[in-house]
Amino acid sequence: MRSPVVSDIRDGVVDVFPPVFAMIPFALIMGSQAAAKGLSPAEVLAMSTIVFAGASQFLAVSLWSSPAPALTLALAAFLINLRHVLMGASIAHKIEHFGAWRYPAVHFMTDEVWAVAERRALRRPITPAYWFGAGIFLFSAWQLFTVLGAVVGSFVKEPERYGLDFAFPAIFIALALGFWQGWRTAPVIAASALVAVVVHLLVPGAWYVLAGALAGCAVAIVTAKPTEEAAAA
Amino acid sequence: MSIDPINLLAIVAMGVATYLTRISGLFLADRLPRTGRIRVALDALPPAVLTAVVAPAVLAGPAEAIAGLITVLAAFRLPLIAVVAIGVGSVAALRAVMG
Repeated sequence: MRSPVVSDIRDGVVDVFPPVFAMIPFALIMGSQAAAKGLSPAEVLAMSTIVFAGASQFLAVSLWSSPAPALTLALAAFLINLRHVLMGASIAHKIEHFGAWRYPAVHFMTDEVWAVAERRALRRPITPAYWFGAGIFLFSAWQLFTVLGAVVGSFVKEPERYGLDFAFPAIFIALALGFWQGWRTAPVIAASALVAVVVHLLVPGAWYVLAGALAGCAVAIVTAKPTEEAAAA
Repeated sequence: MSIDPINLLAIVAMGVATYLTRISGLFLADRLPRTGRIRVALDALPPAVLTAVVAPAVLAGPAEAIAGLITVLAAFRLPLIAVVAIGVGSVAALRAVMG
Protein backbone atom coordinates (compact mmCIF):
# COMPACT_ATOMS: atom_id res chain seq x y z
CA MET A 1 0.00 0.00 0.00
CA ARG A 2 1.27 3.44 -0.87
CA SER A 3 1.92 5.72 2.08
CA PRO A 4 -0.75 8.45 2.48
CA VAL A 5 1.98 11.09 2.80
CA VAL A 6 3.51 10.21 -0.55
CA SER A 7 0.07 10.00 -2.12
CA ASP A 8 -0.91 13.46 -0.75
CA ILE A 9 2.37 15.02 -1.93
CA ARG A 10 1.70 13.52 -5.34
CA ASP A 11 -1.88 14.89 -5.35
CA GLY A 12 -0.59 18.35 -4.45
CA VAL A 13 1.96 18.32 -7.26
CA VAL A 14 -0.56 16.97 -9.79
CA ASP A 15 -3.22 19.54 -8.83
CA VAL A 16 -0.85 22.49 -9.00
CA PHE A 17 0.94 21.33 -12.16
CA PRO A 18 -1.34 23.08 -14.69
CA PRO A 19 -1.09 26.48 -12.92
CA VAL A 20 2.69 26.01 -12.65
CA PHE A 21 2.87 25.25 -16.37
CA ALA A 22 0.87 28.39 -17.16
CA MET A 23 3.09 30.41 -14.83
CA ILE A 24 6.31 29.61 -16.74
CA PRO A 25 6.03 32.40 -19.38
CA PHE A 26 5.03 34.83 -16.62
CA ALA A 27 8.10 33.83 -14.55
CA LEU A 28 10.45 34.12 -17.54
CA ILE A 29 9.09 37.59 -18.39
CA MET A 30 9.37 38.68 -14.74
CA GLY A 31 13.03 37.59 -14.62
CA SER A 32 13.95 39.22 -17.91
CA GLN A 33 12.26 42.50 -16.95
CA ALA A 34 14.14 42.47 -13.64
CA ALA A 35 17.40 41.96 -15.53
CA ALA A 36 16.48 44.85 -17.83
CA LYS A 37 16.13 47.03 -14.70
CA GLY A 38 19.67 46.05 -13.64
CA LEU A 39 18.88 43.34 -11.08
CA SER A 40 21.39 40.47 -11.01
CA PRO A 41 20.23 36.84 -11.21
CA ALA A 42 21.22 36.47 -7.52
CA GLU A 43 18.95 39.40 -6.64
CA VAL A 44 16.11 37.89 -8.65
CA LEU A 45 16.64 34.62 -6.76
CA ALA A 46 16.59 36.51 -3.45
CA MET A 47 13.36 38.30 -4.40
CA SER A 48 11.64 35.15 -5.65
CA THR A 49 12.60 33.36 -2.40
CA ILE A 50 11.95 36.09 0.16
CA VAL A 51 8.94 37.82 -1.42
CA PHE A 52 7.58 34.89 -3.52
CA ALA A 53 4.51 36.68 -4.84
CA GLY A 54 4.28 37.04 -8.61
CA ALA A 55 2.02 40.04 -9.07
CA SER A 56 3.86 42.14 -6.47
CA GLN A 57 7.26 41.18 -7.91
CA PHE A 58 6.07 42.32 -11.33
CA LEU A 59 4.86 45.59 -9.85
CA ALA A 60 8.12 46.03 -7.91
CA VAL A 61 10.24 45.53 -11.01
CA SER A 62 8.21 48.15 -12.88
CA LEU A 63 8.74 50.58 -9.95
CA TRP A 64 12.43 49.68 -9.46
CA SER A 65 15.08 52.41 -9.72
CA SER A 66 18.58 52.84 -8.37
CA PRO A 67 19.02 53.23 -5.43
CA ALA A 68 16.04 50.98 -4.72
CA PRO A 69 13.11 52.86 -3.10
CA ALA A 70 12.65 50.30 -0.30
CA LEU A 71 9.71 51.99 1.39
CA THR A 72 7.74 52.54 -1.82
CA LEU A 73 8.39 48.96 -2.92
CA ALA A 74 7.36 47.54 0.45
CA LEU A 75 4.16 49.60 0.46
CA ALA A 76 3.27 48.54 -3.09
CA ALA A 77 3.90 44.89 -2.18
CA PHE A 78 1.75 45.25 0.92
CA LEU A 79 -1.11 46.78 -1.05
CA ILE A 80 -1.21 44.30 -3.91
CA ASN A 81 -0.86 41.43 -1.43
CA LEU A 82 -3.62 42.58 0.92
CA ARG A 83 -5.82 39.92 -0.69
CA HIS A 84 -3.66 37.38 1.20
CA VAL A 85 -5.35 38.57 4.42
CA LEU A 86 -8.72 37.43 3.08
CA MET A 87 -7.25 34.25 1.57
CA GLY A 88 -5.50 33.43 4.86
CA ALA A 89 -8.71 34.01 6.82
CA SER A 90 -10.53 31.65 4.48
CA ILE A 91 -7.90 28.87 4.65
CA ALA A 92 -7.08 29.31 8.38
CA HIS A 93 -9.57 26.80 9.80
CA LYS A 94 -8.69 24.29 7.09
CA ILE A 95 -4.99 24.27 8.08
CA GLU A 96 -5.27 24.89 11.83
CA HIS A 97 -4.37 21.24 12.50
CA PHE A 98 -0.90 22.02 11.03
CA GLY A 99 -0.04 23.57 14.43
CA ALA A 100 3.17 25.62 14.33
CA TRP A 101 3.73 24.46 10.74
CA ARG A 102 1.03 26.98 9.75
CA TYR A 103 3.60 29.76 10.03
CA PRO A 104 5.99 28.43 7.39
CA ALA A 105 2.99 27.05 5.46
CA VAL A 106 1.53 30.48 4.74
CA HIS A 107 4.75 31.58 3.02
CA PHE A 108 3.79 29.11 0.28
CA MET A 109 0.28 30.55 -0.02
CA THR A 110 0.17 31.87 -3.56
CA ASP A 111 -3.09 32.38 -5.46
CA GLU A 112 -2.56 29.07 -7.26
CA VAL A 113 -1.70 26.91 -4.24
CA TRP A 114 -4.47 28.50 -2.22
CA ALA A 115 -6.97 27.92 -5.05
CA VAL A 116 -6.16 24.20 -5.48
CA ALA A 117 -6.13 23.71 -1.69
CA GLU A 118 -9.52 25.43 -1.27
CA ARG A 119 -10.89 23.20 -4.01
CA ARG A 120 -9.55 20.08 -2.33
CA ALA A 121 -11.00 21.27 0.97
CA LEU A 122 -14.47 21.10 -0.60
CA ARG A 123 -14.04 17.30 -0.74
CA ARG A 124 -11.55 16.31 1.96
CA PRO A 125 -9.20 17.76 4.60
CA ILE A 126 -5.97 19.44 3.48
CA THR A 127 -2.91 17.65 4.90
CA PRO A 128 0.52 19.23 5.39
CA ALA A 129 1.84 16.77 2.78
CA TYR A 130 -0.65 18.09 0.22
CA TRP A 131 -0.03 21.75 1.05
CA PHE A 132 3.78 21.59 1.12
CA GLY A 133 3.83 19.26 -1.90
CA ALA A 134 1.93 21.79 -4.01
CA GLY A 135 3.63 24.81 -2.38
CA ILE A 136 7.24 23.66 -2.65
CA PHE A 137 6.72 22.43 -6.21
CA LEU A 138 5.40 25.82 -7.32
CA PHE A 139 8.06 27.61 -5.23
CA SER A 140 10.89 25.67 -6.90
CA ALA A 141 9.49 26.28 -10.38
CA TRP A 142 9.15 29.99 -9.61
CA GLN A 143 12.84 30.19 -8.53
CA LEU A 144 13.99 28.22 -11.55
CA PHE A 145 12.09 30.15 -14.21
CA THR A 146 12.45 33.68 -12.81
CA VAL A 147 16.23 33.18 -12.51
CA LEU A 148 16.33 31.61 -15.97
CA GLY A 149 14.47 34.66 -17.29
CA ALA A 150 17.06 36.95 -15.66
CA VAL A 151 20.00 34.96 -17.05
CA VAL A 152 18.72 34.53 -20.58
CA GLY A 153 17.20 38.00 -20.69
CA SER A 154 14.54 39.07 -23.13
CA PHE A 155 14.86 36.07 -25.45
CA VAL A 156 11.24 36.35 -26.57
CA LYS A 157 11.20 39.77 -28.14
CA GLU A 158 7.46 40.36 -28.21
CA PRO A 159 5.72 37.97 -25.79
CA GLU A 160 2.38 39.76 -26.48
CA ARG A 161 2.53 38.74 -30.14
CA TYR A 162 2.35 35.07 -29.17
CA GLY A 163 -0.26 35.73 -26.51
CA LEU A 164 2.14 34.48 -23.82
CA ASP A 165 1.12 37.28 -21.47
CA PHE A 166 -2.42 35.82 -21.58
CA ALA A 167 -1.37 32.49 -19.99
CA PHE A 168 -1.64 34.10 -16.58
CA PRO A 169 -5.20 35.50 -17.02
CA ALA A 170 -6.29 32.22 -18.67
CA ILE A 171 -5.21 30.09 -15.70
CA PHE A 172 -6.91 32.48 -13.29
CA ILE A 173 -10.16 32.28 -15.26
CA ALA A 174 -9.97 28.49 -15.13
CA LEU A 175 -9.13 28.48 -11.41
CA ALA A 176 -11.99 30.92 -10.64
CA LEU A 177 -14.51 28.79 -12.56
CA GLY A 178 -13.31 25.76 -10.59
CA PHE A 179 -15.41 27.30 -7.80
CA TRP A 180 -18.52 27.51 -9.99
CA GLN A 181 -21.46 26.25 -7.96
CA GLY A 182 -24.29 26.87 -10.37
CA TRP A 183 -25.75 30.21 -11.35
CA ARG A 184 -25.51 31.67 -7.86
CA THR A 185 -21.77 32.06 -8.51
CA ALA A 186 -22.42 34.28 -11.56
CA PRO A 187 -23.36 37.49 -9.66
CA VAL A 188 -20.28 37.04 -7.43
CA ILE A 189 -17.96 36.85 -10.44
CA ALA A 190 -19.77 39.67 -12.29
CA ALA A 191 -19.62 42.05 -9.33
CA SER A 192 -16.00 41.23 -8.65
CA ALA A 193 -14.99 41.80 -12.30
CA LEU A 194 -16.98 45.01 -12.70
CA VAL A 195 -15.73 46.65 -9.50
CA ALA A 196 -12.12 45.55 -10.16
CA VAL A 197 -12.18 47.09 -13.66
CA VAL A 198 -13.77 50.37 -12.52
CA VAL A 199 -11.43 50.78 -9.53
CA HIS A 200 -8.44 49.87 -11.73
CA LEU A 201 -9.43 52.70 -14.10
CA LEU A 202 -10.05 55.28 -11.37
CA VAL A 203 -7.63 54.50 -8.54
CA PRO A 204 -3.85 54.16 -9.00
CA GLY A 205 -2.11 51.21 -7.35
CA ALA A 206 -3.42 47.77 -6.52
CA TRP A 207 -6.61 48.66 -4.64
CA TYR A 208 -8.69 47.11 -7.42
CA VAL A 209 -7.89 43.56 -6.23
CA LEU A 210 -9.23 44.19 -2.74
CA ALA A 211 -12.20 46.25 -3.96
CA GLY A 212 -13.25 43.58 -6.48
CA ALA A 213 -12.86 40.73 -3.99
CA LEU A 214 -14.93 42.52 -1.34
CA ALA A 215 -17.63 43.40 -3.91
CA GLY A 216 -17.91 39.71 -4.87
CA CYS A 217 -18.25 38.69 -1.20
CA ALA A 218 -20.83 41.42 -0.55
CA VAL A 219 -22.95 40.17 -3.46
CA ALA A 220 -22.67 36.62 -2.12
CA ILE A 221 -24.13 37.78 1.20
CA VAL A 222 -26.92 39.76 -0.47
CA THR A 223 -27.91 36.97 -2.86
CA ALA A 224 -27.59 34.12 -0.33
CA LYS A 225 -30.93 32.49 0.38
CA PRO A 226 -31.84 32.42 4.08
CA THR A 227 -31.66 28.61 3.89
CA GLU A 228 -28.04 28.78 2.73
CA GLU A 229 -27.13 31.05 5.59
CA ALA A 230 -28.86 28.68 7.96
CA ALA A 231 -27.05 25.75 6.34
CA ALA A 232 -23.73 27.54 6.65
CA ALA A 233 -24.60 28.22 10.28
CA MET B 1 26.37 37.19 -9.41
CA SER B 2 26.17 39.88 -6.79
CA ILE B 3 23.67 41.35 -4.37
CA ASP B 4 23.65 45.08 -3.76
CA PRO B 5 22.97 45.81 -0.04
CA ILE B 6 20.35 48.47 -0.82
CA ASN B 7 18.57 46.14 -3.24
CA LEU B 8 18.66 43.41 -0.59
CA LEU B 9 17.18 45.83 1.95
CA ALA B 10 14.33 46.63 -0.47
CA ILE B 11 13.75 42.92 -1.15
CA VAL B 12 13.66 42.10 2.58
CA ALA B 13 11.26 45.03 3.19
CA MET B 14 8.96 43.71 0.45
CA GLY B 15 9.27 40.19 1.90
CA VAL B 16 8.31 41.35 5.41
CA ALA B 17 5.32 43.30 4.04
CA THR B 18 4.19 40.28 2.02
CA TYR B 19 4.62 37.79 4.88
CA LEU B 20 2.58 40.10 7.12
CA THR B 21 -0.31 39.89 4.65
CA ARG B 22 0.02 36.10 4.55
CA ILE B 23 0.12 35.52 8.30
CA SER B 24 -2.47 38.08 9.42
CA GLY B 25 -5.35 36.12 7.87
CA LEU B 26 -4.65 33.29 10.35
CA PHE B 27 -5.13 35.64 13.29
CA LEU B 28 -8.07 37.41 11.70
CA ALA B 29 -9.86 34.08 11.24
CA ASP B 30 -9.76 33.40 14.98
CA ARG B 31 -11.80 36.56 15.52
CA LEU B 32 -14.35 35.84 12.79
CA PRO B 33 -17.51 33.82 13.41
CA ARG B 34 -17.50 30.43 11.66
CA THR B 35 -21.14 30.69 10.72
CA GLY B 36 -23.70 32.98 9.07
CA ARG B 37 -22.89 35.84 6.75
CA ILE B 38 -19.14 35.87 7.29
CA ARG B 39 -19.06 32.20 6.31
CA VAL B 40 -21.07 32.93 3.15
CA ALA B 41 -18.63 35.74 2.29
CA LEU B 42 -15.54 33.57 2.90
CA ASP B 43 -17.03 30.75 0.80
CA ALA B 44 -17.47 33.22 -2.08
CA LEU B 45 -13.92 34.51 -1.67
CA PRO B 46 -11.97 32.13 -3.95
CA PRO B 47 -13.82 33.01 -7.20
CA ALA B 48 -14.08 36.69 -6.14
CA VAL B 49 -10.33 37.14 -5.51
CA LEU B 50 -9.24 35.25 -8.63
CA THR B 51 -11.67 37.26 -10.78
CA ALA B 52 -10.59 40.60 -9.32
CA VAL B 53 -6.89 39.88 -9.93
CA VAL B 54 -7.35 39.26 -13.67
CA ALA B 55 -10.42 41.27 -14.67
CA PRO B 56 -8.47 44.41 -15.74
CA ALA B 57 -6.09 42.31 -17.88
CA VAL B 58 -8.98 40.39 -19.49
CA LEU B 59 -11.05 43.51 -20.20
CA ALA B 60 -8.01 45.53 -21.41
CA GLY B 61 -9.18 45.56 -25.04
CA PRO B 62 -11.52 43.86 -27.53
CA ALA B 63 -9.07 41.07 -28.43
CA GLU B 64 -8.46 40.26 -24.76
CA ALA B 65 -12.18 40.43 -23.90
CA ILE B 66 -13.19 38.03 -26.71
CA ALA B 67 -10.31 35.68 -25.86
CA GLY B 68 -11.43 35.89 -22.23
CA LEU B 69 -14.95 34.81 -23.20
CA ILE B 70 -13.57 31.89 -25.24
CA THR B 71 -11.40 30.94 -22.25
CA VAL B 72 -14.46 31.02 -19.94
CA LEU B 73 -16.38 28.68 -22.26
CA ALA B 74 -13.36 26.37 -22.54
CA ALA B 75 -12.95 26.34 -18.76
CA PHE B 76 -16.38 24.73 -18.29
CA ARG B 77 -15.44 21.76 -20.48
CA LEU B 78 -11.69 21.21 -20.67
CA PRO B 79 -8.74 20.50 -18.37
CA LEU B 80 -6.59 23.42 -17.18
CA ILE B 81 -3.69 22.96 -19.60
CA ALA B 82 -6.04 22.92 -22.60
CA VAL B 83 -7.78 26.06 -21.30
CA VAL B 84 -4.46 27.90 -21.12
CA ALA B 85 -3.49 26.79 -24.63
CA ILE B 86 -6.85 27.97 -26.00
CA GLY B 87 -6.59 31.30 -24.16
CA VAL B 88 -3.06 31.98 -25.41
CA GLY B 89 -3.85 30.82 -28.97
CA SER B 90 -7.07 32.81 -29.26
CA VAL B 91 -5.60 36.06 -27.96
CA ALA B 92 -2.63 35.75 -30.33
CA ALA B 93 -4.96 35.11 -33.29
CA LEU B 94 -7.36 37.91 -32.35
CA ARG B 95 -4.53 40.40 -31.87
CA ALA B 96 -3.13 39.45 -35.28
CA VAL B 97 -6.56 39.89 -36.94
CA MET B 98 -7.65 43.01 -35.05
CA GLY B 99 -4.24 44.66 -35.26
